[in-house]
Amino acid sequence: MNMKKRKIWGDVIFRGLTASFASGIAVIFIAIIVVLWHQSQPSIQKFGFSFLVSMSWNPVHEQFGALIPIAGTLLTTFLALLFAIPLSLGIALFLAELAPHWLRTPFGTAIELLAAIPSIVYGMWGLFVLGPLMADYVQPFLKATLGFLPIFSGSSMGIGMLTAGLVLTLMIIPFISSVTRDVFLMVPQPLKEAAYGLGCTTWEVVRDVMIPYGRKGIAGAVFLGMGRALGETMAVTFVIGNAYHLSWSLFAPGNSIASTLANEFTEADGQVYLSSLIELGLVLFLITLIILSLAQIWLRRSAAGRA
Amino acid sequence: MTLLFRRKLLNSIVLTLSGMAAIAGLFMLAWILGDVAWKGFAAINWNFFTALPTPAGVKGGGLANAIVGTLLMTGTAACIAVPFGMMSGTYLAEFGKNNIFGHFVRFVADILVSAPSIVIGVFVYLILVKPMHNFSGWAGAFALAIIMLPVVSRTTEEMLRLVPPEIREASLALGSPYWKMTYKIIYRSAASGIFTGVMLAVARVAGETAPLLFTALNSPYWMHGMNEPMANLTVVLFNYAMSPYDDWHMLAWGAAFIITISVLAVNVFTRIILRTKRRRS
Repeated sequence: MNMKKRKIWGDVIFRGLTASFASGIAVIFIAIIVVLWHQSQPSIQKFGFSFLVSMSWNPVHEQFGALIPIAGTLLTTFLALLFAIPLSLGIALFLAELAPHWLRTPFGTAIELLAAIPSIVYGMWGLFVLGPLMADYVQPFLKATLGFLPIFSGSSMGIGMLTAGLVLTLMIIPFISSVTRDVFLMVPQPLKEAAYGLGCTTWEVVRDVMIPYGRKGIAGAVFLGMGRALGETMAVTFVIGNAYHLSWSLFAPGNSIASTLANEFTEADGQVYLSSLIELGLVLFLITLIILSLAQIWLRRSAAGRA
Repeated sequence: MTLLFRRKLLNSIVLTLSGMAAIAGLFMLAWILGDVAWKGFAAINWNFFTALPTPAGVKGGGLANAIVGTLLMTGTAACIAVPFGMMSGTYLAEFGKNNIFGHFVRFVADILVSAPSIVIGVFVYLILVKPMHNFSGWAGAFALAIIMLPVVSRTTEEMLRLVPPEIREASLALGSPYWKMTYKIIYRSAASGIFTGVMLAVARVAGETAPLLFTALNSPYWMHGMNEPMANLTVVLFNYAMSPYDDWHMLAWGAAFIITISVLAVNVFTRIILRTKRRRS
């Protein structure tokens, strides 16, 4: 009797102990939101909703609006997804269906290693290698051929929105393609064989069977990549150019929320300046929270659908 | 042009594009690694590992303090996050499989894994640096620990779940209490998986820059403890690469080389461990 009781108490304590550590993660998560909200009060009270739609960023007169960094974040993320989605789908298709079996593991590992390279290395590479390449060859070429479009006008500086978008593309390809490959591999073999048996070509099997079957998983993968791109700091800070103006040109320098924080946070003097930066961080956290939640929900559902 | 021909043509075009996308991905990996190795290797010499940074233009500078700082902060972060994360992963795998609290923690952990690390930096600045009026190695280590924590928790959970139920049943049938079964049997069977997960998490935070920018800051001197601003490879890399001096750029490439090599080595090494383990079982 005594023995039995001790055993049960041990298990109760063990369960409580592990549960308290688990709740630590939830506490940190909630504390991030609460602390950022609390500390951005001076800015929220001074600017209110206009913070989100104002274009001025003037530390001297303490007038702050987040529109330019928000626009920069959204634009670079959009560019990255524009390039990364087709490329990642191609890579995933190659890894799941086309590549000979002996090639799949090494090739897949190589793509996943792209995700392991620290973001600051991408940023540095973008600044010293990709930037000059853009300025000397790519941007003059785009201007010569498509220069009548306002998005390809302006001077070729090498750094700017387009270059930031390209570096982000490289960074999110491994995330989207490895998750999409896993989604493709989950498609039941009989389903594919049935389609092949009807005389479908590989592309038709992919388009009409594999993509519809895995659409939730693919959507989850894309949103996961999007969440990464929105919050990426170092890679963008190097190449975006850090300028506060909004332009139609993709060659123009700009700013993202994360690069603004990286550049100005330690230099911020004055309560309003600092709390405006904190509010920017809060906005970024909430945007990525929504995107990543959608990613989780879709990935869970596609996993549940498989079981 | 018959319909069949058109379908086959479209098929081969798409398949070719897919193959080209894969080759492009591989090409980018080779290009970036090639540049980092080529330029970084030239910067590596004895001074790089033993000397302190020198002012721009003065020859013979190194990043000895930054290397030690990165090791120190990453190690401290691991000491905080690994036990914490393992405990919470144990809860998620053993008790919180299907209750609301378990689902919530899992959801939050998955979001924190991908959340912008710069926001973690802002958070730690507000709770540690600002009240203490002092940038410090502790704050940097704490920020890194917050980033590691959800990763360790989720991998521990996954690895514990892979332990076959028969092993649990055998142990419980012998009269072992649940907690004893967990730490004597389950942890042991999942040890190599948890170890690789921890190594990957360490590799990931070792390359982090954003959370250190306003927590550990940077310093050109040797540290006298973790209560002061602390040099680290990534922030030094950032400052040097953004500077206009060629010899600082050189050191930045060297730092990039060291970081990339270590992170990739850990990644490849853990893959090999996992593969040999899978083959044996």
